[in-house]
Amino acid sequence: MMYVTPENTTAGRDRFVGHSSWFRYSSPQTFFPLAGKLAPWFAVAALLLAAAGLYLGFFVAPTDSQQGEAYRIIFIHVPAAWMSMFIYVVMTFWAGICLTFNTRLSGMMASALAPTGALFTFIALWSGSLWGKPTWGAWWVWDARLTSELILLFLYFGFMALQGAIDDPRRADKAGAVLALTGVINIPIIYFSVQWWNTLHQGASVSLKSAPTMAATMFAGIIVMVLALWMYSIAVSLMRVRSIILERERDSQWVAEYASGQT
Amino acid sequence: MFTVLRCVIYRDLLLASRRWADVLTALVFFVIVVSLFPLGVGPEPNLLRTIAPGVIWVAALLASMLSLTRMFAADYADGTLEQMLLSAAPLGAIVAAKIVAHWLVTGLLVVLIAPVLALQFDLHQPLLGTLTLSLLLGTPVLSMIGAIGAALTLGLRGGGALLSLLVLPLYVPVLIIGAGSVDMVAAGLGAEAHFLLLAALLVVAAAFAPWAVAAALRISAE
Repeated sequence: MMYVTPENTTAGRDRFVGHSSWFRYSSPQTFFPLAGKLAPWFAVAALLLAAAGLYLGFFVAPTDSQQGEAYRIIFIHVPAAWMSMFIYVVMTFWAGICLTFNTRLSGMMASALAPTGALFTFIALWSGSLWGKPTWGAWWVWDARLTSELILLFLYFGFMALQGAIDDPRRADKAGAVLALTGVINIPIIYFSVQWWNTLHQGASVSLKSAPTMAATMFAGIIVMVLALWMYSIAVSLMRVRSIILERERDSQWVAEYASGQT
Repeated sequence: MFTVLRCVIYRDLLLASRRWADVLTALVFFVIVVSLFPLGVGPEPNLLRTIAPGVIWVAALLASMLSLTRMFAADYADGTLEQMLLSAAPLGAIVAAKIVAHWLVTGLLVVLIAPVLALQFDLHQPLLGTLTLSLLLGTPVLSMIGAIGAALTLGLRGGGALLSLLVLPLYVPVLIIGAGSVDMVAAGLGAEAHFLLLAALLVVAAAFAPWAVAAALRISAE
């Protein structure tokens, strides 16, 4: 379906574009080629950083005195866990922009980020489970962090399921935005309640903070891996938002021109 | 504004009283779910005493959620909701009244029947009061958070399952603090801190939820 919004009409577009270069890229049509140009650069940066980070992590960083080589999963686990929370905040930011300014592109950005966030949440849980077996002797413990990460995964699933169930993309964007904002208020509450609940039932026998002061190379490895995953997230969500733009604008003139130019 | 609140609450209660079956379904569901647990885990009294607060709280969550789909559905179907959106009265007030009505016909009944079910689990006498009070403070929060989910999923296919996916993760803090209060008293400590936290959740939810529900209803009815 074709949306008649100010950006769609030629006069409106000229007004918007001519007015200020800041808002130039808030239109899906102008953002589409920009995203196409930027995505490969972020992808290359992600590859290089990941290679450097994994090299630092697997070859340079010293072996842990308590956990041996098993600790090296930290170079996947911790960056994935950080990104899983960070992406939720970024997603909520775009969702909030979508709700307040009623812009189409920010809603698309929020939907493009959700699968990547859910993926990192899942990787954090899965790698944590693989790490927990040799160090704690259990695949899963009801540790505060594990539990709140699991609930974060449910929040991502809820967001994606809600958007998937709504056919009208504008309604899907806004409904998702309300849900994401509700979730972001709840995340600190969930985190603290879970932490409190756990300390009630069992002592802090298991803590991720058990590692003594971190070696500098270990820390560097983690930071480089965080940057790598960050670049990856940007690259992938730019690619995904391009697909979303094409899908939603499929009836518009410029997409038809783009498609005929491709073949 | 109080006239609006009173009118909407009265109307919803009247509608509920004309359809007692709907109200009873949620309540009977609550009783059945709670009764299934001893059958599943065995009749060992010590075990039952330990799991009682958690079981009753989880069943209360599910019972509250079960009736959520009906919260706005009938009004949406017969056009009343559009009139509410167009009404001169603030939508937040109307929504708040609907939440209160929902709590009165589900949450309050759950609170009243919970001590009786707790007796089946051989919960000690002093804990009964704590459990009832925690439910009294917590179930309104469930109705408020649930209303957001109900408004967002209005008229969608697969509404019920989707609603549970949206709402249950958000129920987690209420469940932890609510069931935790009984455990605290059982451990010989006071439950004041838990009650204060539940009251804090209630205040925060009361401040934000009607506003979020109003926004969600406007999006859904667009």
